[in-house]
Amino acid sequence: MTPDNPTSEKHYLRLRHNVQHRLSLVPILGWLLGALLAVILEQLAGDYLVDALDMDKMPSLLGILAIAKDIKYFLWQGWDQLVIIGKMFAGGAFSGVVSVPDPFQTPRVLLYVFLVYFLPIALFGTLTIRPANWMADKLSKLPSAVSVIGYLILLYLVMHIWADMSAYRGMALRFTLIAVMLTLSLNVINGYMGEFSCSHPGFMALGAYGASVVTVVLFANDKLFGAALLPKFLAPAFFPLALVVGGAVASFGALLIAVPSFRTRGDYLAIISLAFLFIVKSLIENLEIVGGPRGLKGQPDLASLPVVFTWAVLCIWTINNFVRSTLGKALNAVRDDEVAANAMTVNTRRTKMTAFLFGAFWAGVAGGLFAHVLRYVNPATFGLQKLAEVLAMVYFGGLNSVYGSIVGAVSISLLSEALRPFELFKWVIIPLLLILVMIYRPTGLIAFREFDVRSVLKPKQNPESEV
Amino acid sequence: MALLEVHHMSHDFGGLRAVNNYSLNIEPGEIHGLIGPNGAGKTTIFNLITGIYRPTEGDIRLDNASIVGLQPYQIAARGLGRTFQNLQLWRHMTVLEHVMMARYSKLTYGLVGAFFGTPKRKREESESREKAQVLMELFGVDRFANQIVLNLPYGAQRRVEMARAMAMEPKILFLDEPTAGMNPEELIQMMEIIRRAHRKFGVGIFLIEHRMRFVMELCQEIQTLVFGEVIAEGTPEEIQNNPKVIEAYLGSEMVE
Repeated sequence: MTPDNPTSEKHYLRLRHNVQHRLSLVPILGWLLGALLAVILEQLAGDYLVDALDMDKMPSLLGILAIAKDIKYFLWQGWDQLVIIGKMFAGGAFSGVVSVPDPFQTPRVLLYVFLVYFLPIALFGTLTIRPANWMADKLSKLPSAVSVIGYLILLYLVMHIWADMSAYRGMALRFTLIAVMLTLSLNVINGYMGEFSCSHPGFMALGAYGASVVTVVLFANDKLFGAALLPKFLAPAFFPLALVVGGAVASFGALLIAVPSFRTRGDYLAIISLAFLFIVKSLIENLEIVGGPRGLKGQPDLASLPVVFTWAVLCIWTINNFVRSTLGKALNAVRDDEVAANAMTVNTRRTKMTAFLFGAFWAGVAGGLFAHVLRYVNPATFGLQKLAEVLAMVYFGGLNSVYGSIVGAVSISLLSEALRPFELFKWVIIPLLLILVMIYRPTGLIAFREFDVRSVLKPKQNPESEV
Repeated sequence: MALLEVHHMSHDFGGLRAVNNYSLNIEPGEIHGLIGPNGAGKTTIFNLITGIYRPTEGDIRLDNASIVGLQPYQIAARGLGRTFQNLQLWRHMTVLEHVMMARYSKLTYGLVGAFFGTPKRKREESESREKAQVLMELFGVDRFANQIVLNLPYGAQRRVEMARAMAMEPKILFLDEPTAGMNPEELIQMMEIIRRAHRKFGVGIFLIEHRMRFVMELCQEIQTLVFGEVIAEGTPEEIQNNPKVIEAYLGSEMVE
């Protein structure tokens, strides 16, 4: 590996090339099965490993939280601690006074993640290239609805078993899925349509309150709304309805913005939608019937992981369908040159209106889910900070890209969980990162890429060919 | 009865009369030219007929129905296709997407199809793709089908605009300076392409052009516009020999 030794360098390069080549042959199916193996392994042996490594507890989000805590520890009161460790390694001074700092978990966490996730997934993926590709090939020959549902069940199993290990994981996973929905629906407006809308948290609030009012009135004994109208066992059946009501309320709000602001182009929408965000917030704060600034609580426990997962899939599916149809691509045409779009028979006003209401609808549904995961909403949640978060996810992940929105939402969600120990500094680090992305990739990480499910899932290797 | 009729159309920009008492008749399949010096109001006439501006006075009839006051997309859907003087393409879209987009008004699958990917949508989209393929081949841009349109050479971009306009299946095609910025070679190519489209689809053509040779060779009828008014109208020979036109526009070039 040293540069002054050409043969070993060559050897290293060849090795690297081989590894890369083999990794590129693993189909999605291989990775998913590997992940399933890893989470089952963790379910069975995770606790023993935690004991064996003498860790405080199982790393919840791939250990990022524990690592961030250690980093914080060093940054905040680290120097003297560093000196102690230095002395320890310098040797000799083992008089029993010096101890390894208690929060220092990073090596053990990394080892855990390596043993439980990285190693099983990588080994399984690379060792099953042939059978996995053969199976992926067989699956791709089925009707696409069947094979996609098969993959989704597999993905859900991985998530379910993983989230089963702690309540925190379940919470974080559901919030991440909701973030994906929000990001994607905002990308329809800010990316595909190319307008700058700031009202997304407002739509989310409308959806959250809309859906909450339905479920609380029907199924909860509440101080504000009185006794439950329907027996509790009906609640899961009515939950989709409640979410759709939430989405419809948000769409109605969007209509109020769209009518005045779509007559013109430019900054008007940004200004009007920002105003709308504040109007919604103060409206809710002053509506005593929904609890005012204290918020609304008592939502029944309906947003379980399978429910949130299903809605997220539905959201991704319909939005991806929409933006890949000519009707949806008309948004790009309107964004790039509205006069030309109009002259080519595109009904530009209807196109913009549809997309805006559609985006708002999904933001509303995401809001409804959010309220039922938390089982409490208050208006302060849906302010500028939420707006900054969603915008960061959209612009970080990439404009005009379903793929990018998923990546953006997941990575910013993970990052903001990881940065939780840094408290306020989280809001220094995330914007800083965003600025860097804007400088080096102005349209985001994965912009202007079509998300074709079939090509993502297809086998990476012809089953007849040699490995 | 003519395919496109314009009766005594006038248009004011504020206090300025940009177009005065303009009339036009285009029969199905006819190639009609509009010439005139810069600022004469040629593009304004295009924008008036295609619905971008609304005329102050006068009537415009397409297929014997008035189209005054309709939105541009409605007029386009009734069979009026156009290209633009300065290319107006969609910078993030591929050539194939451009051509398919112009079939927007032909799609009937609606929002249900767009959101849920119904079989009807699949059928209509693939039909649209096939028609787009034929047009791309006809205009020689099929090898760029999946490229972003900005990466194409200039002449090819012009041809994409033509293919896009033809995908609307127009009865009449408006070409706003189709040879602007082209070298003589590309100009001959463009002339050939316009002739081919005209022959194949029997579409009526109304074109604005500066290059005399081009206009004289292609058009059956020519109007000369100066300061918003038609000063001469007739066949290419009549226009070439009209002293008013020579004086106002052609100058010594054509006198020789």
